Amino acid sequence: MSILVNKDTRVVVQGITGKAGAFHALQCLEYGTQIVAGVTPGKGGQTFEGKVPVFNTVVDAVKETGANVSVIFVPPGFAGDSILEAIDAAIPLVICITEGIPVRDMAEVKRRLDNKDCRTRLIGPNCPGIITPGECKIGIMPGYIHKPGRVGVVSRSGTLTYEAVWQLTERGHGQSTCIGIGGDPINGTSQLDAVRMFNEDPDTDAIIMIGEIGGNAEELAAAYVKEHVKKPVAGFIAGASAPPGRRMGHAGAIVSGGKGTAEAKIAAIEEAGISMAANPSDIADALLRIYKG
Amino acid sequence: MVDSSGKPLDAPELLFHKKPSNPPIDMNIHEYQAKALFSEYGIPVSAGYPATSLEEVDAALKQLPEGAVVVKSQIHAGGRGKGTFKDGFKGGVKLAKTADEAREYAKAMLDNTLVTHQTGPEGRKVQTLYLTEACSIAHEYYLAVVLDRETAGAVIIASREGGVDIETVAEESPEKIVRVVVSPALGLRPHQVRQVAFALGFEGAAFKSFSRLLQGLYQMFWDKHAMLAEINPLITTEEGDVLALDAKVGFDDNAMFLHPELQVLRDLNEEDPKEIEASKYNLSYIALDGNIACLVNGAGLAMATMDIIKDFGGEPANFLDVGGGATEEQVTAAFQIILTDPKVKGILVNIFGGIMQCDIIARGVINAARNVQLSVPLVVRLEGTNVKEGKRILEESGVSLIAADSLADAAKKIVDAVKAAS
Repeated sequence: MSILVNKDTRVVVQGITGKAGAFHALQCLEYGTQIVAGVTPGKGGQTFEGKVPVFNTVVDAVKETGANVSVIFVPPGFAGDSILEAIDAAIPLVICITEGIPVRDMAEVKRRLDNKDCRTRLIGPNCPGIITPGECKIGIMPGYIHKPGRVGVVSRSGTLTYEAVWQLTERGHGQSTCIGIGGDPINGTSQLDAVRMFNEDPDTDAIIMIGEIGGNAEELAAAYVKEHVKKPVAGFIAGASAPPGRRMGHAGAIVSGGKGTAEAKIAAIEEAGISMAANPSDIADALLRIYKG
Repeated sequence: MVDSSGKPLDAPELLFHKKPSNPPIDMNIHEYQAKALFSEYGIPVSAGYPATSLEEVDAALKQLPEGAVVVKSQIHAGGRGKGTFKDGFKGGVKLAKTADEAREYAKAMLDNTLVTHQTGPEGRKVQTLYLTEACSIAHEYYLAVVLDRETAGAVIIASREGGVDIETVAEESPEKIVRVVVSPALGLRPHQVRQVAFALGFEGAAFKSFSRLLQGLYQMFWDKHAMLAEINPLITTEEGDVLALDAKVGFDDNAMFLHPELQVLRDLNEEDPKEIEASKYNLSYIALDGNIACLVNGAGLAMATMDIIKDFGGEPANFLDVGGGATEEQVTAAFQIILTDPKVKGILVNIFGGIMQCDIIARGVINAARNVQLSVPLVVRLEGTNVKEGKRILEESGVSLIAADSLADAAKKIVDAVKAAS
């Protein structure tokens, strides 16, 4: 019923002894996620919450526990290196929650990800994470708003994703998997990557894509939908009221030189036959107008 | 046109627009500061001195060689030369043939407000001038290094058409622009430097000078975590020298913790006082023109909240993201900053709790409402982690507020409340 993560996923938490890492590792454990290891350099040998072994390196954690997904809660100055450490340990899926990583570090990480010998997929940074409801929550989203089901959700924004998910759940529609790809200008998984995975997933029947101003990720995904996707897709773009030239919180959310505007994105989405939400309260209904479940 | 890997490019103009006026995420510096950095990296610039008073202008003029002098307003906005001061004085960059003339220009510009196409109608107060030796220009070029989101690397952009608006060149004659993508891991390679130098038509000694200049510019860009390093124009002089006549550099705010030497270059006069106050509490705040303030967690939801206020016929007064790990202190500060804006006639608090817990927000709202004399309608909408506790805190506080369930409900309630109150 999902993409990327499920009940068998074995998670290592990089930065498990930090404040955010510890808080959210516990929340994920309570949700039922298999947190099998933590990594904090210098704290190897300790145990988190009496049950999760802590290692000095990601390589050690993988060797000892068979972890196959990493989630990163390391401070921004070190998070770029933590992603590279997870890639070097050949972890197939890395989710980086950290906000505020220097762009130069992400440029280096992106080049490493693009290497032919790299088999790691990165989600984020500056993202809420990924959840397959009822099976596995990796990240900072509130678990209770989700419900197992067949709608895939991808978004650049954390809290706006919760908004859409909550609308779906309230209307009785569950989610296959929800992915927050993050608000940074340089990131791992794109809107297009996520839409493609949902399209190929037999357990996903419909897709919601939530974007925002800046860049051209939504336009690329919309072109793919037009060409390849038969499943119902709904979309929303945040930032129609944002003034040009100002970054709206997310480093990637900027309209500059007339590029990356909400108008252009909405036009691309409508051109692809995607059902456009009129406002953020209408996201689930935009899908349910074309998808009955 | 092709990039360094030989791949045809169809949208080079994407790269020319990373010149935001005053974004909270990038840190910009003045031309005179950028040129000091250039000098550290061996990039030739004409002799020049900053001045913040007429006494300093005199001192600068004494240091400069005899002859023509250029007097340049130092503000964080482009289009200075074509700008107009609020008292009608034309031109934020002036060529003076004599020292006396330079003094006259300096007097007219200092502490005057300059309006350019990038400052908005309110303009910027000129508090620093930069006086430089005038050069005999043989040719003007454009040269920049930008961090590009699509290629995830540094991109060199150069053109033989310099001293003009490069975005216009990109639009009208894109073939006149050369673009070279630099891999972060490999750095700028000699063949790439040659590619740019040949494309610009350099020969002989100028070829070598330009090559050194470009290497210095890239090194500075990389070392200092710059997002943009732009020289427009780069010139050759009648004597055959290559030098940077102007300099514009912006940095990645995320990396400024690594650069105390750059942090001291920040000019708070160039920033909105409310935005400065917000940045002290790690809040992301941007002032807008409307009258309905919003306090939201998450950038996407904050934008969507602005959008929906507009959809319901209201006008947002600000963008404010209280972020993921916001504390009660941050939320209180956010509230106080919102209320210093006299245009604000109502406040919408919209929190969907993930990292941010609703009870923390609720306490912050209550504390702020008690601390400030809240005289405008307040609509609060909470959802997410600890939402029951959050709603209970709000209900039991005795603070006058309007509770809302959905985002649409909240937007409608605040727009109606502001209309009813006015």
